[in-house]
Amino acid sequence: MTDVTIGIGGAAGDGLDKTGDTLAKTAARLGLYVYAYNSYQSIIRGGHIWLRVRLGQEKCTSHGDHLHTLIALNQDTIERHAPEVEPGGVLLFNSDKLRCNIPVRENVLIAPLPIGEITKPFGRVEPIMQNTVALGALVFLLGLDFEVTAGVFGDTFGYKGQPVVDRNIGLARAGYDYARERFVPLGCQWTFSHKRRPFVTGNEAFALGAVAAGCKFYSAYPMTPASSILHWLAAHGERCGVVVKQCEDELAVANMAIGAGFAGVRSMCGTSGGGFALMTEAIGQAGMIEAPVVIIEVQRGGPSTGIPTKTEQGDLNQVFGASQGDFPRVIIAPADTRDCFDTVVEAFNLAEKYQLPVIVISDLLVSEHPETIEPDDMRADVPIDRGELVREWNGKNGKYKRFAFTRSGVSPRALPGTADTLYVAGTDEHDEEGILISDVFTNSAVRRKVAEKRMKKLDLALRDLPAPRLEGPADADVTLVGWGSTKGVIQEAVQQLAAAGIRANQLHFKYLLPFHSREAGEILARAKRTICIEANATGQFARHLRAETGYTVHDRILRYDGEPFEPRQITRQVWGILEARPRSLDVTSAEAREIAYHYIRTHLGEKVRPGQIEKADGNGTGESVWQIEIVHRDSGEKRGELRVGVETGSTYSWQPA
Amino acid sequence: MATMVELPIDTYAGPVDPDWCPGCGDFGVLKSVKMAAAKVRVAPKDLVVVSGIGCSSNLPGYVHAYGVHSLHGRALAVATGIRLANTSLKVVITGGDGDGYGIGIGHFIHAMRRNLDLTYVVMDNQIYGLTTGQASPTTMKDMRTKSTPRGNVELPVNPIALAIVSGATYVARGFSGEPNHMADLIAGGIEHKGFALIDVFSPCVTYNKLNTYPWFKQRVYKLEDPPGHDPSNVRQAMEKSFEWGDRIPLGVFYKDDQPTYEDSEPAFKQGPLVHQKLGIDNALFQSLVEEFM
Repeated sequence: MTDVTIGIGGAAGDGLDKTGDTLAKTAARLGLYVYAYNSYQSIIRGGHIWLRVRLGQEKCTSHGDHLHTLIALNQDTIERHAPEVEPGGVLLFNSDKLRCNIPVRENVLIAPLPIGEITKPFGRVEPIMQNTVALGALVFLLGLDFEVTAGVFGDTFGYKGQPVVDRNIGLARAGYDYARERFVPLGCQWTFSHKRRPFVTGNEAFALGAVAAGCKFYSAYPMTPASSILHWLAAHGERCGVVVKQCEDELAVANMAIGAGFAGVRSMCGTSGGGFALMTEAIGQAGMIEAPVVIIEVQRGGPSTGIPTKTEQGDLNQVFGASQGDFPRVIIAPADTRDCFDTVVEAFNLAEKYQLPVIVISDLLVSEHPETIEPDDMRADVPIDRGELVREWNGKNGKYKRFAFTRSGVSPRALPGTADTLYVAGTDEHDEEGILISDVFTNSAVRRKVAEKRMKKLDLALRDLPAPRLEGPADADVTLVGWGSTKGVIQEAVQQLAAAGIRANQLHFKYLLPFHSREAGEILARAKRTICIEANATGQFARHLRAETGYTVHDRILRYDGEPFEPRQITRQVWGILEARPRSLDVTSAEAREIAYHYIRTHLGEKVRPGQIEKADGNGTGESVWQIEIVHRDSGEKRGELRVGVETGSTYSWQPA
Repeated sequence: MATMVELPIDTYAGPVDPDWCPGCGDFGVLKSVKMAAAKVRVAPKDLVVVSGIGCSSNLPGYVHAYGVHSLHGRALAVATGIRLANTSLKVVITGGDGDGYGIGIGHFIHAMRRNLDLTYVVMDNQIYGLTTGQASPTTMKDMRTKSTPRGNVELPVNPIALAIVSGATYVARGFSGEPNHMADLIAGGIEHKGFALIDVFSPCVTYNKLNTYPWFKQRVYKLEDPPGHDPSNVRQAMEKSFEWGDRIPLGVFYKDDQPTYEDSEPAFKQGPLVHQKLGIDNALFQSLVEEFM
């Protein structure tokens, strides 16, 4: 096995992210590839967290479909996830507190860890240290190098002093030794290259890209899932010469960034969909006064406040439609973590070259999940193109005109402080010099030319952007179309389809505006069957594609439950579409179980869990129902029955036994 | 200041003439802004005048300087970005009461508590003029306007008191009928290190038939006239800020020397951001990447 996924589940505050980080860094330092995704599962009681860490000999581009190893930090995790552990896998848990009370698949190693006994020599041990013991056991079972883990502890806890480091190493070593004496390791066949790779999130890559590109000003208002850009830049701003400003609201955020861009520094701001909605008027301002600015919009589940810790690609209509009137804007959707770095660098160059707002549209998945990327994916020596800047004006070419009507549409930009190039940049319509034509000097001919001048810049910008390319066999039976963060998972689905004998290829879009309509249209016209895959409820990109090319995709695969796509989910749905099986929106038995968990959490407390589930007559509800037995967690004794509509998902009744 | 020779006021003559109604108070403010700039001898290239939207917010277009005529209510935010990007510039913000005390009041309070080195001149005519005469945040109670035909039921904002409690370190009030006095107040604000508010009674001759030139002339007096006022005394300043009715004070209500936001920003130790080298030293960058390994 050279591709292993570890799941760690527990309550918020159990410290499982630190455990995951230590595991990930151990693997990454050994030269393995790592991809992690932290999912806040509402189906597990008490606001619990479900972290998946995938280790691979080869690059992993999603968190995958599998679960080989489970570290359960609470009973919920065992009940919910133990049945998912694949044959040959292992379930680790603190047997002082938890027990495996449900059946697991064949050939799954149940590895209870008596934490009290194992940690006896260490005296009183805080509950959180059970993770460290389990991690040690895991390092043995996965065939990783314990010395590397010890090194990670040293770097992570070094600031707390050597005794803390030693204690962590000691506890992990105890777990490691306990496992070595009792269990057989999983069949991992690693080759350790010891090539160290950074383990970063998209938001961190955005921040690093920004400092490399010379960003000097970053403004933000706290908003998940964009806040970690603010956190990284706030922590490193002093060393990197960046002024980081937390503002009173997103109106201030966008307007400050635009003011800084007008004054001549590379400036950026970041937010999520709700904050972006507040920025929209300002974005139109940047278009009108031709001030460069980079805006990062990290999408989370909407609408409105929505599902703040969940991922979605539902803000596309918003970024296209932000602000009144026609003005040029560039919209780029990075495809993965390393692309976040390149995208920001490119965004700054485009913003200054074409003097316009550049919107980088990301999502919770690409912005918050960490993965290993190559060390030279992020570099200090990035290309910097500031566009046409007027450093001095000698008057030989007449009077300086800030918004000079040029063939390209780009007017050379002078910065405040420069002599003889003074101007006022107005959000009212204005002439070449910046004099307003909104009132006494209204002039329709000037208006037409200035409007054309601004929009022309996009024609030129389009030439700077690479056209979309078809990946995979040109004569494939099915073409999977996507945009932004789904590139990797669609790639894996294409491979799974190929393994199942279905020839698929992939058409992925990063540059959404300006759009390569002709090139995209030509590729799509040649495709046999097209399926657009996106994480929203209405197929926003498919509609954009139709608007830009006149081409309507044959089918769509949409996900809007807040969780990211998984390769197998895409593969199965592609299969269903090719076999002309209509997609049902009925509640599946697995979903009925999740709805039951939700009812238990909100109404029944901690002592019960779902048991048997079966479909039954609705008995007056007008639809079939899922009848879900609710049982006592420990005894398995029936406590009642819940009925959930198969079509509507409504919880019709709770009948105590 | 007194020993310096003032620049000619024409230094700041803008490209076009104002389109304000004849008799508008904003003419006086425009003159005073130019006089103040001349007094402090700021070169036009180093002056940025930022406004929002409204009659008075057209002012930057009438001054020979850099400027941004930004969005309604957002002038202070844009000005903050400009100031942080280039601390060698003098940034003066001009606008009206609707712009600053209505739609932009959030930025107003936060800009003051940051004590940024900005000078904010509010042309307060107690009415929405550009939109033809609706009640504004400073319209007096019971006044009839197009939007309050039965009389305004809301209390007016008290910008002077609000500025003092919000952390502004120079709080003054001028009157368009006294342009020389106002010019001194604005010049004092520009020279003051920190956030300066100069609220100006700038009568709207078209839509505000209550708060007219004669109305103000009968009531205003100068704080500096005997018996005088101590602007370093915050309690006295607050007391004066509530004086309204038969007698209304003009002049500097409050002045305090406090560290500015700019003083606290380590990035400025290397000079204005706009003059700093773009990009990052490779060794530093590698050490940042190393944190992720």
